[in-house]
Amino acid sequence: MLRIRRFEERCVELYSATKIRGFLHLYIGEEAVAAGVMAALEPADAVVSTYREHGHALARGVPMDAIMAEMYGKATGCSRGRGGSMHLFDRATNFHGGSAIVGGGLPLAVGLALADRMAGRSRVTACFFGDGAVAEGEFHECLNLAALWHLPVLFLCENNLYAMGTRIDRAQANTDLAARAATYGMTAHAVDGMDALEVEKAARRAAAAVRATGSPYFLELRTYRFRAHSMYDPDRYRDKAEIARWQQRDPIDTLARRMISDGELDEPGLAQLNADVEAEVAASVTAAEQAPVEPVDQLTRFVYADNEGLP
Amino acid sequence: MTPATATAQAELTYREAVREAIRDAMRRDERVFLMGEDVGQYGGAFGVSLGLLEEFGADRIRDTPLSESAFVGAGIGAAMGGMRPIVEIMTVNFSLLALDQILNNAATLLHMSGGQFGAPLVIRMTTGGGRQLAAQHSHSLEGWYAHIPGLRILSPATVADARGMLWPALRCPDPVLIFEHGSLYNATGSPAGHDSADITTAAIRRTGSDVTIVAYGGTLGTALTAADRLAEQSISADVIDLRVLRPLDDATIMESVRRTHRAVVVDEGWRSGSLSAEIAARITEQAFYDLDAPVGRVCSAEVPMPYAAHLEQAALPQPGAVVDAVRAVVA
Amino acid sequence: MPSLGADMDHGTLVEWLVHPGQQVRRGDVVAVVDTAKANVEVECFTSGVVDQLLVEPGVRVPVGAVLATITTGGPEPEPAPAAPQPAPTAPATAAVRSPVTSPLVRRLADAAHVDLGTVHGTGPGGRVTHADVRAASSTTERTPAAVAAVRIRSSPLARKLAQELGVPLTGIAGSGPGGAVRAADVTATAAALTAAPAPAETADRTMAIRAQIATSMARAKREIPHYYLAQTIDLEAALRRLREHNRTVPVAERVLPAALLLKAAAMAVSTVPDLNGFHTGTAFHRSAAVHLGVAISLREGGLVAPAIHDADKLTVPELMAALKDLVARTRAGRLRAAELADPTITVSSLGEQGVDTIHGVIYPPQVALVGFGAIRDRPCAVDGLLGVHPTVTASLAADHRVTDGISGARYLLAVERLLNQPDKLL
Repeated sequence: MLRIRRFEERCVELYSATKIRGFLHLYIGEEAVAAGVMAALEPADAVVSTYREHGHALARGVPMDAIMAEMYGKATGCSRGRGGSMHLFDRATNFHGGSAIVGGGLPLAVGLALADRMAGRSRVTACFFGDGAVAEGEFHECLNLAALWHLPVLFLCENNLYAMGTRIDRAQANTDLAARAATYGMTAHAVDGMDALEVEKAARRAAAAVRATGSPYFLELRTYRFRAHSMYDPDRYRDKAEIARWQQRDPIDTLARRMISDGELDEPGLAQLNADVEAEVAASVTAAEQAPVEPVDQLTRFVYADNEGLP
Repeated sequence: MTPATATAQAELTYREAVREAIRDAMRRDERVFLMGEDVGQYGGAFGVSLGLLEEFGADRIRDTPLSESAFVGAGIGAAMGGMRPIVEIMTVNFSLLALDQILNNAATLLHMSGGQFGAPLVIRMTTGGGRQLAAQHSHSLEGWYAHIPGLRILSPATVADARGMLWPALRCPDPVLIFEHGSLYNATGSPAGHDSADITTAAIRRTGSDVTIVAYGGTLGTALTAADRLAEQSISADVIDLRVLRPLDDATIMESVRRTHRAVVVDEGWRSGSLSAEIAARITEQAFYDLDAPVGRVCSAEVPMPYAAHLEQAALPQPGAVVDAVRAVVA
Repeated sequence: MPSLGADMDHGTLVEWLVHPGQQVRRGDVVAVVDTAKANVEVECFTSGVVDQLLVEPGVRVPVGAVLATITTGGPEPEPAPAAPQPAPTAPATAAVRSPVTSPLVRRLADAAHVDLGTVHGTGPGGRVTHADVRAASSTTERTPAAVAAVRIRSSPLARKLAQELGVPLTGIAGSGPGGAVRAADVTATAAALTAAPAPAETADRTMAIRAQIATSMARAKREIPHYYLAQTIDLEAALRRLREHNRTVPVAERVLPAALLLKAAAMAVSTVPDLNGFHTGTAFHRSAAVHLGVAISLREGGLVAPAIHDADKLTVPELMAALKDLVARTRAGRLRAAELADPTITVSSLGEQGVDTIHGVIYPPQVALVGFGAIRDRPCAVDGLLGVHPTVTASLAADHRVTDGISGARYLLAVERLLNQPDKLL
């Protein structure tokens, strides 16, 4: 969680310095979700993510250097400079990418699970999306299809209460998202997404159920982003007091306090952790700065698979 | 994989040829499966998959809910997951409900992921008019898809290609869209020798020296009929069947135009921003100094397809219009 | 106030980043404006010196309002918009004048050597139109360059071929739509001009044709060993038959004797097929079809000999119609390329000029030229008595490489026989 926080804080700085361009959607405040869920997944499981996916990728184990290089648009980036912030991919960790079409990743997750079912593999496809996706037709088509065909998908709805600038009660007639998912015939419930341990516990239970039944499962993770929707967003639709209220439940502070009180961590240990993370982030920036750019004569690679040696 | 089953040498309908191609592919490669609306128990909206459910079972001949976006996207996901899906969309008009998945996922994944993830699936759909199905079942939108880098677009116009193009399409690591013109399903022909057709080149279906007529899919027949009539007027036409709408086989087109110095493109899509526009532009880019007349075009009238037979026929490219267009550039 | 979004109708000036007297260049950021969404930098699209700042910071003005004026360095400083406006609100002035013209107008002006800056525009917003350029050019003297710049309609292939073959497009009668010169027109002209490149000064049609005739005839006299034969033929029976025919048809469809002569010349070819075809310099190629070239003089001087295709298979009335059409189109400059390209034998008739006998020059690569002189009443022996009959002298110039005098004589005899038996012709 610290890695995600420090990484993104550095990204904001780099964005202001125009080292990073394009859209930059920050995960700060929601780190407990990524950390808790990824702890519950096996290496073989598949992950389908969104455009707010730095946290997912880091927690999943995509190397920070490769992510930072991608933010820089360098050849050493995890998508070789083709994806940027919103499209991080990594085959080694079965990280099937950030999709920047709200709801667009859900059908892919259903298809990955279908392939697993047909090929006789027993793994979970974890599919992240936000509360905004629940308004999309694809969400309903996909929950129906996954339930109808009993496909092993773990649907993970990160409900941060805002679809860009639209608060959930201005977009959803029924804001109990878990209840709505349940109507498709799958187990569905909500979890406190600001508490990493709660998230991990729920995710372990859900992943185990998916593995056991081969059927889909829906978790609504109630969370909050501390930052604006993107670097373009003046954040005029949220009350500063509301943000401050949620910041009092900062998931990193919450976990650190718990670990210290449980004796799993002490203040020097936390300081060391912070220092290590700062060093890792700094190293990733240095590496990205020095990394080569993709030569322009490679521009049209990866449009068709000819000669790309795709498996 | 098992070796190819021997193909029947007898004449088949286009519909039977597609079915044989699916059957053959499913026997050869266990990763191949068919899914779409009413492909199983119903036998396919156009009867293409009739009998396949009985042979391969409900797991591999998979009826889907009416959720184009979900099942096309699931096809893409399954392809990423190692399967080789054939996804059937009832008509090209309905494919627009899945356009997000086709464009934003199938066509882009390989590039966005820097070459790590591809979507090797085949999406088949019916296209075109001529059957009085009016404005939501009759359009020719394949030109839109041919605009998109990352996709391969096939348009089998003959029974042999209907039989032969599917297998190489399934073996191709890229997403491949196959457009079957609705008026062709009852056409008959021999699939012989086309167990596995190439999916990269255009074909010259008739050779001539005075003009090049470029057509594909449903307009190939129109072009050949026109060429017969032109022959009676001592005008000899090269007729090119594009077969592959993306990437276009420029070489075959230009080789022909350099011989004939004149070209007419026949396209069932609307003229504005159409595939015919693309081909005409390429001819002027690549063979301008071989042209002895402006490139002619015969396209559908720029109206949503009407229902009434006489109106629909008036809207579609007809052989007479092709003859006139050729005479205009040859006379 | 620039429009910074489709939905923006007002903006508030936040800050000036320039001051009066400051030099600015196109693209410089000159101000910050608050739109409904954000503060946005405003760039200027004109280089010059800032003259006046017209809007104070904090003031909200509608899109299109002038924020400042920039002097662009003309003789008299004039206000110019600091930012793009939806529509010009002030008339163009000398200081910012830059006539808006279409590419076509610019090209027309170039061709006509018209200085656009001096043209008064009558189009919307003072735009200079085609008509303005034409009006301006008609008041200036048309220079040779301006005339030469007139575009010749031609296909890309025709232009490429013309360049490769060294044939000037000027002077070629285009057979395409609107008189466009097409490939076949160029190849036909090139064939006629043979190997010799046209002189550079053949800039107009007459000179091109003269050059073509010169090249072609010089080659004929240089390469072809001509022999000449002549025969006077009694036309009494033929013309009587013709009069009978003409009585039965409307005036417009009446057949002239020339058509009868052409028909005979074409049909007689079957007797001596070696007179019909092409000599390539190494060998003779007999032609199965008889495409009868007809020498037609042009009003402006010179002549061409386009073909009546398959003349031997046409009826005399059809030949008459074809001849009329050909003469009309030749004089209108509307010949088809193939007509120029492929006569297999040519007929020249100078009867109208009162000449009795023609000693013709063969058009290469053909191998024979048939001449007909004037049809006149001449004394002649008729059934042992002296009579007066209409007669014509038919002549033959033929290529000795291909045929001998005896073949030529057989040909002229065949012509005579046909004209003596006009039922075979009509």
